[in-house]
Amino acid sequence: MLAFILRRMGQAILVMLTVAFVAFMIFQYVGDPVTNLLGQDATPEQRIQLRKDLGLDEPFPVQFARFIGNAVQGEFGLSLRQGRKVSTLIAERLPATMELAMTAGVLALIVGIPLGVYAALKRGSFLSQALMTFSLLGVSLPSFLFGILLILIFAVTFKILPSFGRGDVVAIGSWTTGYLTVDGWKHLVLPAITLSLANMALVLRLVRSEMLEVLRTDYIKFARARGLNNRAVHFGHALKNTLVPVLTIMGLQLGQLIAFAIITETVFQWPGMGLLFIQAVQFADIPVMAAYLLLVSGIFVSINLLVDMLYLVVDPRLHVDGKAGAH
Amino acid sequence: MSSSSSDGATTGSAVVIPKAPGRLARFFDGDVWHSFCNSPMAILAAVIAFICVFCALFANWVAPHNPFDLASLELIDARLPPAWIEGGKSKYLLGTDDQGRDLLSALMYGARISLFVGLASVFVSLVVGVSLGLLSGFAGGKVDAFIMRVCDVMLSFPSLLVALLIDGLGKAMFPNAPDALAYAVLIVAISLSGWVQYARTVRGSTLVERNKEYVQAARVIGVKPSRIMVRHVLPNVLGPVLVLATIQVAFAIIAEATLSFLGLGVPPTSPSLGTLIRVGNDFLFSGEWWITIWPGAMLVLIALSVNLLGDWLRDALNPRLR
Repeated sequence: MLAFILRRMGQAILVMLTVAFVAFMIFQYVGDPVTNLLGQDATPEQRIQLRKDLGLDEPFPVQFARFIGNAVQGEFGLSLRQGRKVSTLIAERLPATMELAMTAGVLALIVGIPLGVYAALKRGSFLSQALMTFSLLGVSLPSFLFGILLILIFAVTFKILPSFGRGDVVAIGSWTTGYLTVDGWKHLVLPAITLSLANMALVLRLVRSEMLEVLRTDYIKFARARGLNNRAVHFGHALKNTLVPVLTIMGLQLGQLIAFAIITETVFQWPGMGLLFIQAVQFADIPVMAAYLLLVSGIFVSINLLVDMLYLVVDPRLHVDGKAGAH
Repeated sequence: MSSSSSDGATTGSAVVIPKAPGRLARFFDGDVWHSFCNSPMAILAAVIAFICVFCALFANWVAPHNPFDLASLELIDARLPPAWIEGGKSKYLLGTDDQGRDLLSALMYGARISLFVGLASVFVSLVVGVSLGLLSGFAGGKVDAFIMRVCDVMLSFPSLLVALLIDGLGKAMFPNAPDALAYAVLIVAISLSGWVQYARTVRGSTLVERNKEYVQAARVIGVKPSRIMVRHVLPNVLGPVLVLATIQVAFAIIAEATLSFLGLGVPPTSPSLGTLIRVGNDFLFSGEWWITIWPGAMLVLIALSVNLLGDWLRDALNPRLR
């Protein structure tokens, strides 16, 4: 088991190094940031000076080694566009994305699970058929389009909810939160629904199919034979066993939420990391892109690692042989 | 699929059998066609998909206007609402956008670009994925281990994010790229994010097929491994791939629209559905909803009908559900 964990950790580090190398290598040959910063009319002296200031004139291995060294300390240099420290920029934007992703994740669970249970128990009823169609629509409807529709309905037509920004935020230390103001909640509603739609559909479908699977097993029949009422069977026995895979998938989905926040944040001009990244792409702002890429990869790799370990804890069958990661 | 595999096995074992009916006749007599005829949802989806593809393919003839013909554009006609709303002109059925382009025509031309990018990237990822999966399953050993490691890494990132990153990098690398290059980058970005699914599916089925008797028989009579792979194993692992490819078309079209919406996708000179939505988004607050809604509806219609077809195909090809 220890060997398995160590092997997975080794893999994770290898992935991170690869991502760092690929990112850095490509970024080396991307556009000319100096022109972007100074514009076309700058004198050659100004250009050389700026290249020196940004450390762009040193050889490749030196730049890469320094990049890794700094990245480990969370230091990514100055943003080429804004001239501010990338770590500060990201730290400013991180709370917005995290709150959005968390709200969306919780929303997907508290709506998706009950609907999934209903669709499984009342299989074939009109409402559950409608739910399944809705979930297919949730897969087919691109999230940016759903966001636009929500804006059109709630912000443009009825004018009851704001359509962009985060509203009033309260600073707690270095973390800014929108949870503590009414305005913050109002701003959160539409982006959170947009981001959670796809996940909601996924949770619904997953809970339904797992539930149907579990309801067919012998111990459910046995529980019924013991004379337990429907409620005890469905929620005490069936749902409990359904939740393990659902929680695992949701763990993995948390990474997805942070990634898909790029789209939602662009639609709602939500001042999070995703918006920062898209703006960085449009201006070829290399340090910001590199930092975002590494941060997101880091989040993904650690979530995967955690979920793998969680499997070991949750599913005792995996203890028996050493090939736990084989499936 | 199961019927064709048993055919292959019997012809392979040199037993004289009467000549089988043609492929087309077998198809219309087969389970898949029957299940299609019995599924109203599948027929509806197929009809919608067909209309969309037809309009997109023959946009030059079907579309009432040519949105790219600058001479015919009149700025007075810009931002007209659909024909049935006060102020609309019957000349422009669905209204016009900010440059006075007829939206219905722009939709057809846009759908053509979306479909082209979607189908092209599915094709590329299918070829790459199926080849690598077949190789991985058939060769085994180190090759298999390496390919599967790469798959694991790719799978730990959501595919839309992979496409976004690759396309973003491509955009940054070639800022003033000609249109053809922009398309190539986009297609590569989307297909690189999708090939893993094919590779894993095909590898799984290949591992099963590899040990079956017809493969062993082929091996014994001295058929080259490459020929066994392509002529014997490949046709028998394509069923699930077909289902996957159908669903991936929907994903690819959505991915293209999303990237174009974010300003990373196709060049703005030839607007796809996503670009049209991006343009329309700027006019949302001034009440011109139609510039956004029509391309959006078209996108959902295409994606939904393709997804429904994929769902039906999965059930139709799954012998356990029959």
